[in-house]
This record gives sequence, C-alpha cells and structure tokens, in this order.
Amino acid sequence: MPKTLPKPNPARELVFGELWEFDPAPETADPKLKKRYDLFINGSFVAPKKGKYFPTINPAHETKIADIALADAADVNSACIAAQKAFVSVWGKMPGKERGKYLYRIARLLQDRAREFAIAETLDGGKPIKESRDFDVPMAAAHFFYHAGWADKLEHLAPGRQVAPHGVVGQVIPWNFPLLMLAWKIAPALAAGNCVVLKPAETTSITALKFGEICQEAGLPNGVVNIVSGAAETGAAVMQHPLTTKVAFTGSTEVGKSIMRSLAGTDKKMSMELGGKAANIVFDDAPLDQAVEGIVNGIFFNQGHVCCAGSRLLVQESIADTVLAKLKRRIAVLRVGDPMDKNTDLGAINSREQLTKITDLVQSGVEDGAEKYDTGCKLPAKGFFFRPTIFTNVSMSHRIAREEIFGPVLSILTFRTPEEAVEKANNTPYGLSAGVWTDKGSRILKMSTQLKAGVVWANTYNKFDPTSPFGGFKESGFGREGGKQGLLDYLRVV
Amino acid sequence: MPTAKAPTSLRRLFDEIGTVDQVGIEERVAKYTTRSLKKKSKVFGLRLAVSMVDLTTLEGKDTPGKVASLCQKALRPHDIGDIPSTAAVCVYPSMVRHARKHVGGTQVKIASVATAFPSGQSPLKTRLAEVHAAVNDGADEIDMVINRGAFLSGEYGRMQDEIASVVEACGTATLKVILEVSELETYDNIRAASFLAMRVIRPGDFIKTSTGKTSSNATLGNNQVMLEAIRDHFLATGIPIAMKPAGGIRTAKQALHFLIAVKETLGDEWLNNRRYRFGASALLNDLVRQLEKERTGAYQAPWNFSEATEGY
Repeated sequence: MPKTLPKPNPARELVFGELWEFDPAPETADPKLKKRYDLFINGSFVAPKKGKYFPTINPAHETKIADIALADAADVNSACIAAQKAFVSVWGKMPGKERGKYLYRIARLLQDRAREFAIAETLDGGKPIKESRDFDVPMAAAHFFYHAGWADKLEHLAPGRQVAPHGVVGQVIPWNFPLLMLAWKIAPALAAGNCVVLKPAETTSITALKFGEICQEAGLPNGVVNIVSGAAETGAAVMQHPLTTKVAFTGSTEVGKSIMRSLAGTDKKMSMELGGKAANIVFDDAPLDQAVEGIVNGIFFNQGHVCCAGSRLLVQESIADTVLAKLKRRIAVLRVGDPMDKNTDLGAINSREQLTKITDLVQSGVEDGAEKYDTGCKLPAKGFFFRPTIFTNVSMSHRIAREEIFGPVLSILTFRTPEEAVEKANNTPYGLSAGVWTDKGSRILKMSTQLKAGVVWANTYNKFDPTSPFGGFKESGFGREGGKQGLLDYLRVV
Repeated sequence: MPTAKAPTSLRRLFDEIGTVDQVGIEERVAKYTTRSLKKKSKVFGLRLAVSMVDLTTLEGKDTPGKVASLCQKALRPHDIGDIPSTAAVCVYPSMVRHARKHVGGTQVKIASVATAFPSGQSPLKTRLAEVHAAVNDGADEIDMVINRGAFLSGEYGRMQDEIASVVEACGTATLKVILEVSELETYDNIRAASFLAMRVIRPGDFIKTSTGKTSSNATLGNNQVMLEAIRDHFLATGIPIAMKPAGGIRTAKQALHFLIAVKETLGDEWLNNRRYRFGASALLNDLVRQLEKERTGAYQAPWNFSEATEGY
C-alpha cells in the first residue's frame, strides 16, 4: 500500500491555530460572598464608626462585587485596643502548645473551604482560578500548618536565649496574593504569641475578611486577629498606632519608604518586603526548554504581579536568538482571558490604575527604542487585560529595565561573560530575587554568592515553601518571611 | 553501511542538541493535566484519540480468532454512533496475514512489531528477516525496537546503522522506532536516542516510547522529551517525524492530556493520525465510553461495550 510521505516543510514553523479550540470551562461553585463586608474587630464583624463603605470590583468584568467597610483612625484604634487586651489577657500567656492547636485548626478550615476561597480570590483579584486553586490557597494553609508546628518550640529559635512576643503587630499587605500574604503575616505572628491588626489592600479585601469567618469558626479568642479594610490612610493609622510595637509591610518600595520615614524615631520594630526587578540569567549550557518554561513562570505567573518576578531576562549572547524563538513559541499557547476559566493562564490585571501603569511603562519602552513583541491574542472586551509582552534590544538605561512594571512584560538583555551577567544583574536598586540557568553546578554556587538578592533560584523560578525564608537586599526591603528567620522577626530575643 | 555521522560521545551530542532538566520538564507536563476540556472540545479530542489508536494485541496466546475480533473492533469500535475506526491494528508478525483478511484494503492499517520484539536480542540478520517477512505478509507499518545494548555501551553508530538497515528492509512500509524509554532511564538518554533515530529515518516515520513489556511505559514526561526532540529536529531540518506513545495509557483522560501536550508543543499539524498515534488496547473502550457519555448524557454499563482485547 503506497503511502503519501509528508513533505519536508521548508517554512519550518509550527502552527498553533484553531484546529482544536477549547470550550469555556468556568469554575461555577459558590464563593459565598456577602453584599457588604464589615470590619473584623475583637472577634466580630462591626460596622465602621463613620459608616463609610467603598465598592470592590471584579477586574475581569468591571462589575461591583460588594461594599467594603472603610476603617478610619478610630476604628483602627478599637482594633489595636482589642488586640492589646487579647495579648495581655489570653494569647500572650497561652502555652505555645495551645496556640499551635488554633493554628492547626485554621489551616484545616482553610483546606475545608479551599474551593470557596479560591473562587473569591479570583473574583476579587483577577488571578486565574488555576493559580488561586493550586497555589494561593494551598500555600496559605501550608503556612499555617508550618507555623503551628513552631508554636511550642520557640525556645529552639535562639538557643541559650529567651524569646518573647512583641505584643500587637500591625500588618499591611498587597493585592497580588491577598490571602497568601495574609498567611505569611498572620501565621508567624500568632505562632510567636503576638496579636494582629491587619489591613488588606484596598482592591482585594474579601478573602481577608472571609478569613475573619475562619477565625470565628476556629474559636480563636476575640481580638487575637483583627482585620481593618481601607485605603492608604487606614494603613498609615495601623502602622503609626502607639500600641503596635512591630510593623510588617509588603508592598511598593515607594510606600515602604514613606512608612519608614513616618516611623523614624519610634522604637517600633519593622520588616519590609518591597519591590523587585529580578534578573533571570540563562547560560548557553542550560537546558533551554526548561529555562524557557522558567522564564514564562517567572514573568507571566499571576500576570507578572509578583514582587520577585523575573522581569529582566539576561541571556548569553550566543543563544539569544534561540531562546527568543523558543519563548515566542511558548507564549503562543498561553491563554489570556476570563480568570474563572480553568484553562486561563493569564487572568485580569488587578485594577485600572495598574493597567495604566503597565501601559505607560510599555509605551516608554517603545519610545526608548526597545523592540516590542506580543502574541496579538484576542482580549476580552470588558475588564483589565494585557497581552504577554516581550521587549528585545533593551539596554540597562531603559526605564523598562530599571523600574518595576508589575505586569506581564519581560525585558530581554544579553551578556557575554559570567562577570558581565553578575554586574548587570546587580545593577539595580532592588535585590529581592534572581534566577540562574546552567547545567554546571559549580557556576550555580558561585553565582548565588555573587548575586545580591535575597532568593536565588537555580534551574527553576518562583518556588516557594513555608520553610524557606524570603526577603530582600537593598531597596527590596529587610527582614525575612518564612522559615526560622521569618519567625524570629516576630519575637524579641531577651 | 554507515548512513549518518554518529557522535563519538553523548557529551558531544548534547553540546549540539542540549540537555533536559528532569524537574523542569515534569513541572511543564503537570500543567497539561490541569487543562479542562468541555463539550465540543472534549468530543473533538476523544474522536481524535480514537482515530489515533493502534489497537494492539501482543501476547503469546494470540490466535487468528483473537486477531479477527481485534480487527472488527478496530474497524467499528462501537455498534452505535459514528465513532471513527482506529488508525491501525498492531500484532506480531505471524498474525499479519490473518489481520490482512479483515482489514486489508480498509483505512485501518496493519502494524507489526518486528526485530525480535520486545528485547531485540537476536542477530541483525534474523531481525531484518522478520521485517521482510512481516512486510511480505502485508504489514503497512513496522514497529522495531532499537538496540538498547548498543546505545548503553556507547556504540551509537551501530545503533543508527541497524535502524537504517530496518528502514531499507521496510520498503514502502512506515517505520516506528521503539526507544524503550524505561531501559534508557534518563530524559537525557531519551532525547539523545530520539535524535540518533530521527537522523536515519524518513519523513513521516515514527519514534515510539515503549514496547509495553517493561514496568514503566509512556508517561507525559518522556512523551514531552520526544515531542520536543521532534520539534527541534523539524525546525532544524524541515523533516516532520511522527510520534507514538505506547503502553500505560488506559484512560480517555490520560489520552487527552497527551494530546494537549501535542497541541501545545508541536501544534495543529501533528493533531492527526499520520503524525501521532497511541499504542494501546484498553484505552479504546474508555474513549468509546466517554464518547457515549457525551452523546447520551449518561455513563453506559460496561457490558454495552464489546471487548476485543485485554489491556497491555
């Protein structure tokens, strides 16, 4: 039987067309949302004293989801007083073993309600359901489990010394991983014996306030956790309140600096986890397909709303064209669209404000002379969306190579020698994270000591674990979160 | 008969083709399993998978009767609905002439394993004679095994030359080169063996994961390594090589994950049974069962589906 041989294809390009389109696969479970969310103070949900609320919207449809209470200084004051009372009367003197039980209970309740929380997170924040389901919520639970184990072993953190909690801790978290950042903050604080006043980001308050329900369900003593929603003034009130002896902030370097200025002269202990402009360095001996996968994870995970995003790709000049071609082929199959669709890889940009910022910076890249490439994929008519974008011909002086874009935008630079790679990678005010891709083990070790970054990933990117400390060098902040080091930041060594 | 310049060491070959990171590639393929196929896209995928099955029986107890029922099942996987026939039946050489009686002249091809399947541990002359016999009996496709011993002892030239001899023996028959990935063990080895094979076979010939006779067979990981090798070879030479994972793919869901890997790695041009096949037996009935569920809205009882093969 003669067979027709497929002809060699001189065009030599792959076709990622519409032969097999996926039908919508929406997540449809009920996120159990309320129409209105009050403040969580002293174990119950209370209306703000001035009675003010602000709307929170779904960034994928630009529709209102709920009204969120706006806490002012007076509300923050009640929260801090409740926290102080809980610290003095119950939590601060409770044996670690008992505190651990509450943390285990919270972790399990988060797992029980994982689906509901994942959907709420995606509705409010715009991230793909696949990420909130497979990363944010399980990782948040993992942080509570991990720190639950520490609660009765605190004396091992500083051998030969005594440790004691600070008391009331004020915490302000960002909108990129709302529930996970809450877990990073609250779990170690509670394990150490502190009580908490936490302000979630203005655009993503829902899962934090839902977490209040979990605290109630877990029977956590009143006032141990207090959630005050609001905008910048609310955050400032939390940070500056006289009862907070330790403050922890995750967010932009700009806001971090202003917090530090406002707290100068106080004896509040601080930890700051700020911006980043990480370099992902690919050597010519790296396994390239996996490097490309890591580059994609590094910059397009959570639409690039990641402080440790690998936003600068440093690739060895000899393989730059190969890597770029592979990268283009890879992002051709990324799916941008409805965050609630289980097949969506890139969801919605968190807010109109952020979308404008990304658009402006991309425009500046074009004006500076860098070469822009995007997939040209269709975007939904409504909502805040941005295509995965790659810039080539970027030089170190371009704004897109210096400023944190916090969006799905990758700047590609090249290098010739390892020394040049290190120099370029470190040539930034930030120092949160870096990636190294090479088959050569010794080079990984050497690079990791030379790169001024809090986290250096080798042949992988964006890997997190509760046991691993995370934090920055230089303007990326100070203090660590996760692991033994992170927990120690919530204790006084006496 | 040396046909291609064989590398003298694997290291030298890796300098050219690159290596594979195990952790990274397993992370990549895990993403395929989170794709969610609904409605029309699911039916499309299931039907495509049916049309790609090489319905297989490779047992010592195979008889002409068993092969006859296998052929009927391949031609008409289900008695109701419009489910396509499978791509081929795959049998031992002695069964080719029996299969020919049932599927000869139809669109279902006859594939035959040959070359002292599954171990390949026979003299080359014997292996080639087996290929000739199968082709003469009417096999449209030959599934050969590579000489793993030669590969593992560093005789890459010998391994390639043997494949080239089988290509010659095949005549117009399509060749599928079984790497037996579980015996190569590492992803690097699988990538290297894929390239060694692809450099001596013809456009439209296959590389294939496994015989199905060892403890581990096709996985999304080794499938991905081979798809990426095919992609890189194609982009470098313009020669399209086809792919066949075999063994261990028993459920429709697994098959869909493999197809998503094809869609996202090689694109639309490989989403047909000239470029991609499944070596399987139990898989077919699960595909049919899922298609019937999509058609009728309910799962049917197992006895509603005709049995033609046992799993391998």
